[in-house]
Amino acid sequence: MKLTTQDVEYVAKLARLDVTNQEKEKFTAQLNDILLYIDKLNELDTMGVAPMSHAIAVTNAFREDKVAESLGTQRALANAPDARGEFFRVPKVID
Amino acid sequence: MEFETVIGLEVHAQMLTDTKIFCNCSTKFGGAPNSHACPVCLGLPGVLPVLNKKVVEYGMKMALATNCTINPSNSFARKNYFYPDLPKGYQISQFAYPLAEHGYILLEINGEQKKIGITRIHMEEDAGKLMHDENNPVSYVDLNRTGVPLIEIVSEPDMRSPEEAADYLKRLHEILVYLEICDGNMEEGSFRCDANVSIRPKGQEEFGIRAELKNMNSFRNVQRALEYEVKRQQYLVENGQKIVQETRLWDDAGGVTNSMRSKEEAHDYRYFPDPDLVPVMVDEIWIARIREELPELPLVKRERFVKDYQIPTYDAGVLTADKALALYYEDVVKLCGKPKQASNWVMGDVLRFLNEEKRDIRQCPISAKSLADMITLIEEGVISGKMAKDVIDDMYKTGKPPQDIIKEKGLVQITDEGELIKTISAIIEASPNQLKDYRGGKEKLFGFFVGQVMKATQGKANPQLVNDLLKKMLT
Repeated sequence: MKLTTQDVEYVAKLARLDVTNQEKEKFTAQLNDILLYIDKLNELDTMGVAPMSHAIAVTNAFREDKVAESLGTQRALANAPDARGEFFRVPKVID
Repeated sequence: MEFETVIGLEVHAQMLTDTKIFCNCSTKFGGAPNSHACPVCLGLPGVLPVLNKKVVEYGMKMALATNCTINPSNSFARKNYFYPDLPKGYQISQFAYPLAEHGYILLEINGEQKKIGITRIHMEEDAGKLMHDENNPVSYVDLNRTGVPLIEIVSEPDMRSPEEAADYLKRLHEILVYLEICDGNMEEGSFRCDANVSIRPKGQEEFGIRAELKNMNSFRNVQRALEYEVKRQQYLVENGQKIVQETRLWDDAGGVTNSMRSKEEAHDYRYFPDPDLVPVMVDEIWIARIREELPELPLVKRERFVKDYQIPTYDAGVLTADKALALYYEDVVKLCGKPKQASNWVMGDVLRFLNEEKRDIRQCPISAKSLADMITLIEEGVISGKMAKDVIDDMYKTGKPPQDIIKEKGLVQITDEGELIKTISAIIEASPNQLKDYRGGKEKLFGFFVGQVMKATQGKANPQLVNDLLKKMLT
């Protein structure tokens, strides 16, 4: 077992997910299975292979600094669960 | 116990690009709320951010100007946290592979140079803006600023006093503005600073527990907040209390820092490489091209002014604090060939006029050509320095060249010897007592005669000529 139920509780909290006790057990087992599977990679000798973060060997994909039309306030707010006037509206946050 | 202060600063500078860092929305300040937003910066599903090349180049300029090493391969990461001003649930930033590292800038402290290390410079996107409802438990979100490009410049904990920190901040600000990659406006938030500060007993190697200070929106407030925080920490230590690692907000009105008392849990941002953005590869050719584009930097310009124009270090500092002012000064010098005089008039009168009206040199009604002409007119003896004081006043008010003002006011200096001799003879004749006393050794009375001549000529007499003639005629 690489992962404990506490780990699952912790990441669930970070992701703001409510999970039942039953789900915690289930996810712990499933995540451990996944990690075990990934562990297979450790059987390979990767000495001398540079680490990579992307699946494709593309670099320097750039955009020119030219303004294009935005959506406009009305359309930007169209999918918002809650809006008021020209703003998105959310439960009060003060940090 | 004697303490030593340790300060490190994190500066966020908004890049002066037309568009956001990963989409084509405008970065203009002051648009209608949520009018500069598109699927990319709104974080809608299925969109692909693409990096604005100019952001990389601006970041490279700052990296080179601060003696950093640019990483040949750098890349973006996701910083995960939930906050309503961040629609994606993560901020795109750089983490393990920043744009540049290991730089420094030089400060001048009591006539000595001190190196302040720059740990790293990285690119990231800005978050949106929140407004809190006074009466209802809701907040309003404007996402126009979401995705506006920033560079973050992190210093080493190399500063040893709040003054040093303020000085570092000013130098950094100056460089950004000189490079024309940031407008440096602290009130509008295009130049922001957070400070890490701790104290330790003098001589101790190990750092103390630090506090992170936020919410300081001027140079003065950064220094005030740091000064307060140093005192607060010293008080705690001297009274046997513990300093806790926390974020504290500067309260400008109260002149104190207050604990944010946010969630007890430590942040866990779970950084990981952003799969949407491919690595940025920077080769030597690209770096060389950017280096070519760098303007002369403030420190170099300052030293050149001292050397080439023979003006004091202080004057050079004032004249180069603003790039446009330095340009103006150099134009005046080029046109009149008198660097010292030009410095005196620019620093004295021109800056005084501008400061009184809180104007910028770019809005100065006196053109460099006009000022240079005025200096030349003094040198040629057409007007005296004293007359010039009135002339420059009118030049500022009307924007007219000095020649016009001199003509209109009939201000031309009297340099005609014959005319002056006549005037002086009349004065000597009318002041027999003073003449006797002067000749009897009361040399102070020389000033009386100069005054009389100036009075009679309404200040138009060439002072040098008056001096020479009086010396001859009084003896």
